[in-house]
Amino acid sequence: MNFVVEGRAAFAYTAARAIDPARPSVVFVHGAGLDHSSFGLQSRYFGYHGRNALALDLPGHGRSEGPPLETVQAIADWVAKLMDAAGVSRASLVGHSLGALATLECAARHPDRVERIALLGVAFPMRVSESFLEAARRNEQDAYDMDTIWAHAPRVPLGANPNPGMWMYGESLARLARLAPGVLYKSLKACNDYAAGLESAAKVRCPALLVVGQRDMMTPPQASEALARAILASRVLRIAASGHSLMAEAPDAVLDALIEFLG
Amino acid sequence: MAGPKYPGFDTLALHAGQSPDATFGARAVPIYATTSYVFRDSEHAASLFNMERAGHVYSRISNPTVAVLEERVAALEGGVGAIATASGQAALHLAVATLLDAGQHVVASNSLYGGSHNLLGYTLRRFGIETTFVSPRDPQNFARAIRPSTRLVFGETLGNPGLDVLDIPQVARIAHDAGVPLLVDSTFTTPWLMKPFELGADLLYHSATKFLGGHGIAIGGVLVDAGRFDWEKSGKFPQLTAPYEGFHGMDFEEESGTRAFLLRARREGLRDFGACMAPMTAFQILQGIETLHLRMPRHVENTRKVVQFLAAHPAVVSVGYPELASHPDHALAKKLLPRGAGAVFSFDMKGGRAAGRAFIESLRVFSHLANVGDAKSLVIHPASTTHYRMSDEDLKKAGIGAGTVRLSIGLEEADDLIEDLGRALKAAQKAAP
Repeated sequence: MNFVVEGRAAFAYTAARAIDPARPSVVFVHGAGLDHSSFGLQSRYFGYHGRNALALDLPGHGRSEGPPLETVQAIADWVAKLMDAAGVSRASLVGHSLGALATLECAARHPDRVERIALLGVAFPMRVSESFLEAARRNEQDAYDMDTIWAHAPRVPLGANPNPGMWMYGESLARLARLAPGVLYKSLKACNDYAAGLESAAKVRCPALLVVGQRDMMTPPQASEALARAILASRVLRIAASGHSLMAEAPDAVLDALIEFLG
Repeated sequence: MAGPKYPGFDTLALHAGQSPDATFGARAVPIYATTSYVFRDSEHAASLFNMERAGHVYSRISNPTVAVLEERVAALEGGVGAIATASGQAALHLAVATLLDAGQHVVASNSLYGGSHNLLGYTLRRFGIETTFVSPRDPQNFARAIRPSTRLVFGETLGNPGLDVLDIPQVARIAHDAGVPLLVDSTFTTPWLMKPFELGADLLYHSATKFLGGHGIAIGGVLVDAGRFDWEKSGKFPQLTAPYEGFHGMDFEEESGTRAFLLRARREGLRDFGACMAPMTAFQILQGIETLHLRMPRHVENTRKVVQFLAAHPAVVSVGYPELASHPDHALAKKLLPRGAGAVFSFDMKGGRAAGRAFIESLRVFSHLANVGDAKSLVIHPASTTHYRMSDEDLKKAGIGAGTVRLSIGLEEADDLIEDLGRALKAAQKAAP
């Protein structure tokens, strides 16, 4: 569904359904270089089960007009504005990676708009290595290769994809190839520069679920522990066989966790 | 790259797409000979049908053994995914039927496998899909044939029978300028000799019956998508970018982005046309793929020796192999096929049809049959078999001479193959009028 946010075209996948203000809503916020389709299975489930599902394309990603937003705080405010544009006053937020930081920040900055938060593949601080950032700044293929390899558990290229017939590395590279220059860099830099994680976590009053992959090379499970401790009502779920791409690598485990958490 | 590395081709050929069996720990790919899969409960059933969970419902749509093959070929080609089909022909049909409606048009190379020519030139025409065939030797021929209704450009990486090398970078550019994808048949090259997606192709397929299997025991095809073609931007493919009544009003591109083509091909094409691959076939083709990286260098090495022998033989008029300087696509082959120009080629001998027949009948190691890409060396004489009813003049138009013989070079000792060919050439010359 197409919206206008701050004068620019914005897109959110809604499982081909109209937004019904009477229904509870779930907003999905993707990570750096990804788009709404990274939550395909999960957003479809909630859209087909009595919720307004809005899987966003952040500015500069997927079908939303650029330029990409440069700070986690700006993304958090943009998410709230998209909810305004969609006529959604309150929602549960599900964020992945950069989207998880934006979700956390949104819950801290707009507490009256957020019912629950699920943070997938999250860490604080979310440092990005200098070589990765530099390659992304130069829009080099190396950056897309690092993103693809580090965003999946080491077993992924030598094992089966839960989604029959699909090759996860290929999907990642094809999606990254569609990004405009600079988008991956600005999104990674937003992760790297975000310093308010613990401060914002302390402001969160809604229930929070952290879902981390035991084999995550980008946001290793131990890197989420401080954040979990800083949020008043949080719990952590570790998914044994998954890397950073939780929704693709462990789609059923993620969906089951969200169903239980969001009710 | 300074950072992490991708697994190499040989490793992917053995491992991609398969995790050891979770129940018994089987290392080999299990053959899931089942039509269907037990749902955990009604909710689980509904979520599989609604694509809220990943998994298998019915083996015409997907099967765990077939999925290993699909993922493995996608990994070797660098695609987003693949769909295995009942044959290479079924893969071509699935690609065309997914993208084109009646009234739309294909521009295809005229240097094609006869079955592909029949499908495009005659059978699909009955259903309102027209094809213009052009010589691939000049890429501009494709540009000149494109019409407003064109939705696909198609060619073989190495054409039939003259081994025309498709200039994929140029032809892809022409297709993309027209807002349509380039599909290639990669059967003769396999991902070991050429990666068409790296050269600009958008879709490819294999007759897996040939080199991928390599053993000549199973018929199958695999259709792979690079996931790079932007259907939305093209604006010419409402099949992928508009709600489809035939599948819950789904807009495939909106739902799944880079996976849109394969999603529709699987959810409509396999569901409705039903040309799926059997799990036993997938298992057999996987056995072949596990040694593809060992077999292809030997195929090429043997072919080079045989080509060298034939090119110097007094009874041979010409040898059509792109690694020879005399082949019109020699320079292009050097650029696009640095590992070799495959193991199937034709040559012309002196003496016409009678000589050709005598040649075939004198061979002892080569098998006379209608296939290519087997581990065993194969031969066919088109003028006395597949093209028997054609006049010499019509044969010439098809690029086939009365003395043309097609060879598919296998993995035997090259010296044995050369000895066999030498003896048969001698017999052929005795039989020549």
